[in-house]
Amino acid sequence: MEKKSQGTIVRVSGPLVTVTGLSAPKMYEVVKIGNAGLMGEIIELTGKIASVQVYEETAGIAPGEPAEGTGRTMSVELGPGLLESVYDGIQRPLSVIEDKSGSCYIARGIEAEGISRTRKWQFKPVVKAGQLVSEGDILGEVDETEAIVHKIMVPPGINGTVKTIADGSYTVTDEIAIITDSEGVDNTVQMLQYWPIRRPRPKKEKIFPEEPLITGMRVIDSFFPVAKGGAAAIPGPFGAGKTVTQQSIAKYCDAQVIVYVGCGERGNEMTEVLTEFPHLVDPNTGLPLMNRTVLIANTSNMPVAAREASVYTAMTIAEYYRDMGYSVALMADSTSRWAEAMREISGRMEEMPGEEGYPAYLSSRTAEFYERAGFVKCLGSDGRTGALTAIGAVSPPGGDLSEPVSQATLRVTKCFWGLDGTLAYRKHFPSINWLNSYTLYMPNIDGYWRKQIAEDFPEMRSSAMSILQEEAKLLEIVKLVGMESLSNEEKLTLHIAKVLREDFLFQNAFDKEDAYTPLAKQYQILKTIISVYEEAKKIVSQDEFEFETLLEVASVKELPDLRKFPVDESDRYESFRGRASEELSALKVSA
Amino acid sequence: MEKEKSQKNASREYKTVQSVSGPLIVVSGVKGVSYEELVEVTVSGEEKKRLGKVLDTSDDKAVVQMFAPTEGLKTEDTKVRFTGETAKIGVSKDMLGRIFTGGGAPLDGGGELVPEKYLDIAGAAINPWSREFPNDFIQTGISSIDVMNTLVRGQKLPIFSGAGLPHARLAAQIARQAKVTTGEQFAIVFATMGVTFEEAAYFKKEFEATGALERSVLFLNTAADPVVERIMTPRLALTVAEYLAFEQDMHVLVVLTDMTNYCEALREISSARKEVPGRRGYPGYMYTDLSTIYERAGKVKGKKGTITQIPILTMPDDDKTHPVPDLTGYITEGQFVISRDLNTKGLFPPVDVQGSLSRLWSAGVGEGKTREDHAGVKDQLFASYAIGREARELAVVLGEASLSDSDRAHIAFADAFEKTFISQGEREERTIANSLDIGWNLLKMVPRDSLKRVKSEMVEKYLK
Repeated sequence: MEKKSQGTIVRVSGPLVTVTGLSAPKMYEVVKIGNAGLMGEIIELTGKIASVQVYEETAGIAPGEPAEGTGRTMSVELGPGLLESVYDGIQRPLSVIEDKSGSCYIARGIEAEGISRTRKWQFKPVVKAGQLVSEGDILGEVDETEAIVHKIMVPPGINGTVKTIADGSYTVTDEIAIITDSEGVDNTVQMLQYWPIRRPRPKKEKIFPEEPLITGMRVIDSFFPVAKGGAAAIPGPFGAGKTVTQQSIAKYCDAQVIVYVGCGERGNEMTEVLTEFPHLVDPNTGLPLMNRTVLIANTSNMPVAAREASVYTAMTIAEYYRDMGYSVALMADSTSRWAEAMREISGRMEEMPGEEGYPAYLSSRTAEFYERAGFVKCLGSDGRTGALTAIGAVSPPGGDLSEPVSQATLRVTKCFWGLDGTLAYRKHFPSINWLNSYTLYMPNIDGYWRKQIAEDFPEMRSSAMSILQEEAKLLEIVKLVGMESLSNEEKLTLHIAKVLREDFLFQNAFDKEDAYTPLAKQYQILKTIISVYEEAKKIVSQDEFEFETLLEVASVKELPDLRKFPVDESDRYESFRGRASEELSALKVSA
Repeated sequence: MEKEKSQKNASREYKTVQSVSGPLIVVSGVKGVSYEELVEVTVSGEEKKRLGKVLDTSDDKAVVQMFAPTEGLKTEDTKVRFTGETAKIGVSKDMLGRIFTGGGAPLDGGGELVPEKYLDIAGAAINPWSREFPNDFIQTGISSIDVMNTLVRGQKLPIFSGAGLPHARLAAQIARQAKVTTGEQFAIVFATMGVTFEEAAYFKKEFEATGALERSVLFLNTAADPVVERIMTPRLALTVAEYLAFEQDMHVLVVLTDMTNYCEALREISSARKEVPGRRGYPGYMYTDLSTIYERAGKVKGKKGTITQIPILTMPDDDKTHPVPDLTGYITEGQFVISRDLNTKGLFPPVDVQGSLSRLWSAGVGEGKTREDHAGVKDQLFASYAIGREARELAVVLGEASLSDSDRAHIAFADAFEKTFISQGEREERTIANSLDIGWNLLKMVPRDSLKRVKSEMVEKYLK
């Protein structure tokens, strides 16, 4: 199916190379550029002239050098061995690049397979010869890592009867099954499969997501939850903690597989992820985090075209695990760099620019990307479901959300975690602004909250949020006329809001105990704060009540300790509430 | 690695300059000119060759960006030689103690250099897999940096300044005092882009007078030098730094000033190329371009040396959201911000400790690196200073009388913190232990029960 053809380079302008003479060039076909054999992809065709974006540095390439069309479109390799890998934007393992380059710098023209061809995997069949199978059905399983069983599926487009099925130890290119279709044609199946990165993998249907993705971050889980299969955006100026937030979610969220793509970000930051993840333990399984993670690192100084491709590479890998029936989280840091890569290439192609020089197709590409997230019924006859949650960081210039990338993203994501430079300046982390962030997934997960956690969880959330809204208003007044002008109830609101901010929303990502709070515990803390607030409201509204007396009550003083209660002592919250109620009633002025 | 290139393309000469426009020339009728190739241009009757590089090459013409001014260039009688190689710089250990122009020519009257080897100035991307996470301390002798926003070897940490602020003096002080406390060899590579003659002269004098020159290499491009040369200057500096760090095992600190001028040069060329401008007329690829400079900092597996970068930039109108500081902030690992307010109060160095940030500080501090109490005392100073500043604002609105005793103590602390901790004079070099002790001393001013961020054992041990 792959037809090679020879062409000639006629122009080189940065990462954009123009080629003529290819026999039947097609869009997104992979082309090897120049004597060095750099990898590129056709992104525009005008007659016989093909514009190729090149994934490697093009210095030294000259017109007249050959170009070879490979006949296949830009694809990723899918199969056992993806997990624990660290790739560049076009799925070349960074460790292999290091070996082949022979130095710490990335050499050019290196070819590296995404998945090892020599490693053997224990394949356990789950179907028998003679059985009827259709696309997406599971043929067998491989223990890819301790945490994840890799399901080998019938590739899309193949239906028929299993003629042979293997059992034992194989490499990814060994034949593991033959499937005879209705016309009697034999299809050999190997564990290794390809999929073009720009085409969404097929599924039966999308369904309405109803379960939250639990991240252990209180401000996200309790205030602005995202559904499994949803899409969320994290915009914020530099220094506001986008990356720390993304990494925190990658570490602790309850997705089964994590695909993390560092797209045009800092080298040292990727190194931090690379050195840290193998030592971190997944709080949900107790196994090393790396066991469930695929990392894609295309740092800012690596070629810009590969940066453009990196998010698609990541998305395709994420979809592949979703198809097995797993819940997958894709973290993209940062999608702004991806958009900038598009802008750069578009500029070189001399396309008519849209807003701020970005191509006019920016918003449609962004929408296409986030639409690949979802909670789906997978291909296959067993009715399994899988979820792909996409979380994209956005880096708006100057923190100004009116710019095109933020706007294009906000239109298609239903969850917005707005990072706030002022909060970061005050060292309030995670600096997610509780006033302007939002989630549209509340109706979806309302049932889950009530059933799994507590009947009144949604109400606690709205009470807490209205206290914080109220605080913002009151602080304006205080600025103008001072604390004295406030009523006791208003002072109480301010005090409880402070507790909510400093001891619930504030969370230290670098503190082992604090970094992860289970949802049930989040509820308990919230419930306790709100019930103290309700009780205290009755007390402070009494005539002649001195507000300062309230602050002396032991349980009011101890509110900040709530988050420090050990996870397994949840009954302490119940007794805390009881004690608080008693202590507060004691302040009742007897009539 | 790329030998095939030089063999493939022998040098070729053309006299077919089609047009000259700003820093760009277009040469027609060329064959096989490669992208990024180094170009030598000679005008008839002139000895001197002017250098440039290929920006765009097609079947019959090449667009060349000049590094030297195009003044006097003619479309006739101008010889253009394509060298078949990318721009390179000759490097050697003897460069230490020398001063060069922004284009790499000796400026100190010393003789020509005998290079040990030639290195490509564009530099290749470091494989993230081959990096090692920066985790060793650099002592700058400045409390507001060492304690509050610790600089780590392999980090890139810019100084955000504004017009009229003393960033040059701060840069010189850092260059003078910076050292690694483990006693390995330390070198400074210092490059200026588009600074005034006075500023360049100041740096030269400072380096010479204090003996810092011996361990330094200076590249000076001033405002009077060609704009396009500025594109080359930081790359020359970093290539030399890479040689010293990764081949000579030295810890290298690279100071680049002023990146705003660099970006303006980039904008000038972009506009000459008639590219679609991005924000404020800067090219859309400025982020990528800056990253190819900043990302050349780092620590690499199996190499003893490291490269740490302190780029300096002036924010137009002190605006942090201006494209230059904004894009820089997205690439670098934090920033030092110079405060106009502190400067007006006459404090030096006027570092805004709250607005500054070192993302990698935690890896560089603690027992065995600085001192066990470092993280705690830093957190406490931050917290107490924040309370003090808040109380100070409150006092303005409500009057000092309405404040609590604790608030008043914190205001006094904040004042003293600025006067004795942040401010330390240009010639004063403090060891990290000294800086930490000053911090503890100041913490005596606030109520002891407000010291919540630092462990009580530390308070017992250090708060005497």
